[in-house]
Parts: sequence; C-alpha cells; structure tokens
Amino acid sequence: MRSRIGKSLIYALLIAGTVTFLFPLWWMVAVSLMTPEAAQAATVRGGLTSLVPTDPQWHNYPDALMQMGSVRWTGFLDALANSVVVTVLATAGTALSSSLVGMAFARMRFRGSRPMFLVMLGTMMLPAQVTMIPLFILFRNLGWIDTFLPLVVPAFFGNAFFIFMYRQFIAQIPEALLEAARLDGQGWFGIWWHVILPLTRPVTAITAVFTFIFTWNDFLAPLIYLQSDDQATLSVALNSFRNQYGGITKVNLLMAASLTTMVPCILLFLAAQKQFIEGLGKGAVKG
Amino acid sequence: MATIELNRVSKTYSGDIRAVSEATLAFRDGEFIVLVGPSGCGKSTLLRMIAGLEAITSGTVAIGGRVVNDLPPKDRDVAMVFQNYALYPHMTVEKNMAFGLLRRRKHSGLSGLLFHATERRAELAAIDRKVLDTARTLGIEPLLARLPRALSGGQRQRVALGRALVREPQVFLFDEPLSNLDARLRIEMRAEIRELHRRTKASMVYVTHDQEEAMTLADRMVVMKFGVVQQFGTPGECYARPANHFVAGFVGTPVMNFIEGRVDDGMFVSTDLRVTLPAARWPRMPAGPATLGVRPDQLRLLHSAEAGVDSMDSSGTSVPATVRAIERLGDRMDVAVMIGGTRLTARIENDDRLVEGGSVLVHIGLGAAHLFASGEDGARLADAHDVA
Repeated sequence: MRSRIGKSLIYALLIAGTVTFLFPLWWMVAVSLMTPEAAQAATVRGGLTSLVPTDPQWHNYPDALMQMGSVRWTGFLDALANSVVVTVLATAGTALSSSLVGMAFARMRFRGSRPMFLVMLGTMMLPAQVTMIPLFILFRNLGWIDTFLPLVVPAFFGNAFFIFMYRQFIAQIPEALLEAARLDGQGWFGIWWHVILPLTRPVTAITAVFTFIFTWNDFLAPLIYLQSDDQATLSVALNSFRNQYGGITKVNLLMAASLTTMVPCILLFLAAQKQFIEGLGKGAVKG
Repeated sequence: MATIELNRVSKTYSGDIRAVSEATLAFRDGEFIVLVGPSGCGKSTLLRMIAGLEAITSGTVAIGGRVVNDLPPKDRDVAMVFQNYALYPHMTVEKNMAFGLLRRRKHSGLSGLLFHATERRAELAAIDRKVLDTARTLGIEPLLARLPRALSGGQRQRVALGRALVREPQVFLFDEPLSNLDARLRIEMRAEIRELHRRTKASMVYVTHDQEEAMTLADRMVVMKFGVVQQFGTPGECYARPANHFVAGFVGTPVMNFIEGRVDDGMFVSTDLRVTLPAARWPRMPAGPATLGVRPDQLRLLHSAEAGVDSMDSSGTSVPATVRAIERLGDRMDVAVMIGGTRLTARIENDDRLVEGGSVLVHIGLGAAHLFASGEDGARLADAHDVA
C-alpha cells in the first residue's frame, strides 16, 4: 500500500517536472501560431490570453523564413547552408581530432605525455571570454575574419573535454586487441580507424551530438567573426527579427523561425539516443 | 616456417627489473617450442620480444636468419594467439579472420579500387576462400557470420586459432592460449593444437605455466625462472635429467621429493635417513652438503610381512615410516608418509591395506634419483650417466 503511495508521489513529481520543462517550448509553439496583435499582447503587455491557439496562423512559418535576412528567402537559405557547412565541419573535426588525441594519451608512451595531458585539461578551466579578444586578434592577423575558418579550424585541434572522454574510454580497451591489430599489419592510423573508432562509437555519438548542438546554436562566435550578411549562420540570422533598438517586433515570426532552427537538433538527438543507450549496455558486459 | 635464434636476449624494465636475462636459444625450423615456468619468470616477455610487441633491451632476435630487432610486428611475419582471445568485438568471425589478410593485399588501397578492379576482386575472392577453408578445418564454418560475443570460450579460442592459421605466417606464437578454458576443453584443444602442428609443420612457440601442457605439446621446452633459462631440452630430458633442483621440482607431478642432507663417504645422510649411494652411479662423490631428489613413483610402500622379500632392485633402502595422508586418484593413489620429521609423497598402485596413521616400510629406489647441490637452485651433481 505504502509503495503505491510512494509510486504515485514519484509520478506526480515527474509529471510536474515534465510540465515545467515543456512549458517554455509549448509557449513558443503557441506564440508562433498567433496573429501579430495577439503575440504582441501575449508577450509585451503580459496578457497571455490562451495557451491553445484558437485560430492557428500556419502561414507564420513560411513568412518567418521568407523574411529572415535582407533578401526574401535568400537570407534563410544562405544562413541554413552556412550553418550546415560550419556545423558539419566542426562536428567531424572535433570527433576525428579528439579521438586521435585521446588514443595518443591513452595508448602511446611518450616523453611528457602526463604534463601535456594536464596542460590540456587546464584549458578547460579557462573561461572562454578570457581568450576571446586574443583569439580575435590572432584570426585577424591570419586574415580569417569574415570566413568560416575561425569557426571550423579550431575544431580540428580537438576539444579538451572530449579528448578526456575518449582517453578514459580507450584506456579500457584491452591491450591485446591493439596488439592483435599490430600483428595483423596495422600501424597507429590503421588501429585507430579499424579498432578504436568502431569500439568508441558511443563516445563519438556523444561528441557529435554535443558539438553539433553547440555549434548549431552558437551565436557569439559567428557574430564576432562573420560580418557580411551572406556569411551569417541561422542563429545570427534570427537576430534580424530584432529592430534597431533591440526591441522585438514580430514575436510570432521570431518564435516560428526559432522553432524551425531547433528541428535538426531535436531530430539528431532522437536518432542518437539509441546509440547512447546501446553504448552504456555494451560497456557493462564488454564482449 | 623458419628458425628462430635468440642471442643473449635481455629485457630490463625501467629501474633495474630484469624480466629476461641473457637468453641464448636456437629453435629449429618447424619445431614446437614451449616456454614454461612459474608466473613472472619472463616467458611471456620473451615471446613478446619475438613478436615485436616488446622492445629488446640487448641481444638479438633472428627469425629465418634475419635479425628482426628493429622490425615492427607486422613485418616479422608472425601470428599470435592471445590468452584472452583478443578477437575484434565489432567484427564477425569471418572479418576477424580476414582482417590480417586484407591488409596484406597488393591492391588494397584506393588505387586498387580505381585501377585494378579485376585483380582486387580476385584477391578478395582468394581471401574468402582461404577463410572458408581454414574455418572448415577448425569446424567453425557455421560461426562465420557471428560476432565474438555470441561465442563460447572454446569457440572464441578456435576463432583466434583460425585467425592466426589463415595468415600462414613463418612463426606461430601462443601466449597461454588455453588457460581461460575449463580443464576438459583444455585437454581437447591441446590435442588439436598438437595435430595442427603435425599437419602444418610450422614453427611454433608456446607459452604456458602448466608443466603438463608443456610436456605434452613440446618438441623441446625452455624452463625459465626469474628471467633466466634453467634448461632447454626435450620434455624427456627435462624430466629424466633435470639441470637443477628447480627444474626437477617444476617438471612432473606430483612434485619430486627433496631431502636435505650431506654426502659422506659414499652415503647420503640426513637427519632421518641414511642411504648408501650406489658407487656405479656416483663414483667418488666428494663429501659435502647435498639434496637428494626422488620422484614419487620411485617410492614403494611395503607392509612388514613383505619386508625382506628381495624383489626390489638392489639399489635403495627400506625405512620404517607412518602414513600421514592418502589421496585416491582412481587407478592409483598418492600417499604422504613421514620418516621421522621428513615428509615424502609416494605415488603407488591402489593398496587397500594402507590406513592413515598406520605404519609402513618405505623403499626408496635410487635408480632414477638425483643428487643436487644444496639450495633452491642447486645444480644436479653429475653422475655416471652424464659421462656416458
């Protein structure tokens, strides 16, 4: 009897939590389907009348995408293409370089590997804002401003957190497996490609999803490094819904555009979820 | 198929830990060599130096007459079977077996794919055939499409064997391949490996800590302790003419009985025992401390009624003793007896008249006994057989 009460309590808590977390999302959906007047009323004057749109304005979505940037449709399509290119390159770069470096730290014995590992971990302790200006000057001196290079190239030099994760995971792979691969004629790159990468798929999934979401949503770096309109990524292009003085005029369209840009991240997360869970199980029994 | 020559091979780890010191050994082409010794004796290190997985501190290793010290494992043309199988968990049995061959193709890279499509296809077909043939001989053909985690321990070990076999290397290396299997399967696989050697006539080097495995598999065996080679010879030699106290104790079950004492005027004397040493076997033994080694099957237990019946060989002595413990093995039994404070083990035919605590006469046969310099590593003292 007591367990039943306990259970209902747990479920009540879970439901309350879910509602709390889903509310902002639902609010976005609701506002994105309102007329401009209703949206204005709902946000600016705090008069949110209804959470269920009675007269859904579906055309808000095409309108929003069309009005993004300065040229009709082109602004959105440019931004989408830019976002895809930057995100895909940054994701691939982070996963490839982090797993390579992680393997080196986990498996290669070389002079200074420990201090180097500590220095690398140290970079995680630095606030990003501290390096922002020096980095900007560096990229300016390289002539990379208003190109994708500052957003993509650093990814190919690994990410301390993911390197750490790869290192811990790779250290658990039995040494004999790597030795077998060496006897089977593989060098370090062959071992990495044929043995390490397939066995670290869960880590790669986590790395890819996190990097994808971070890069896709990143606002600051594209804002700093990309200056021309046709170089803007989606997150920067969303900014065009704000007016000159920082106010927001078309809240309903902003919400519609924001929801559209979220879709790839949500789909990716759903697709990778299976991979995460599988990875957890695989680690436990280790065939 | 190739000879393997080790010339004063040593391995020192950081600090002053000597894993292997000055091993000089020559293995013949097609020989089945077993490296055996207690754990930490350096046998695996020696094997891994032959494989190229461990750097050689000093000395040279030559395979097929070619010094391979600086060659990476892939260029030594060796295949290895690991204790924990080391199958690639993400590849099917078939891929596991083919993996080493795929790398060794002539047209493996992009150029093969683009410019030598026909040759490439022929190569791949040849690999498929080879894998299938090998799988058939090992009886693992039905498992080819499975992943390693869907296999039992015995099946995994068979796949690991197959992966080595399919490569047709000059030398096969085995690092305790059977120690993860249960006793029955171990004996079965042992016979299979022996049969494999007979059929392929390949050079094989096999590491084990199990002296019985060593005895049954080896053409010649290397007995090691603390990184030092104690004896290199056929199992028969190591058993019948052990180089020292350690080898005598390590080879053969139950363990040889050792009695500390001294040689004095043609007699072996210990606190509890006086034995006349046959002069024909040990002429002119100098006096001094020594250890007498007698294998358990050289002891016979007599009941008082039989005493004096002179059916024994003339060399040896009968001494009264008490029975301490009896272990029945089915067809035979191991009996621990006490002569004063000296404990000896005898392996004898079943004898129901023996009871624990009862008294008995122990006949110590000296025909196959040995004398060693005293101490754990004491060398065997030369006897008449050595001169001949």
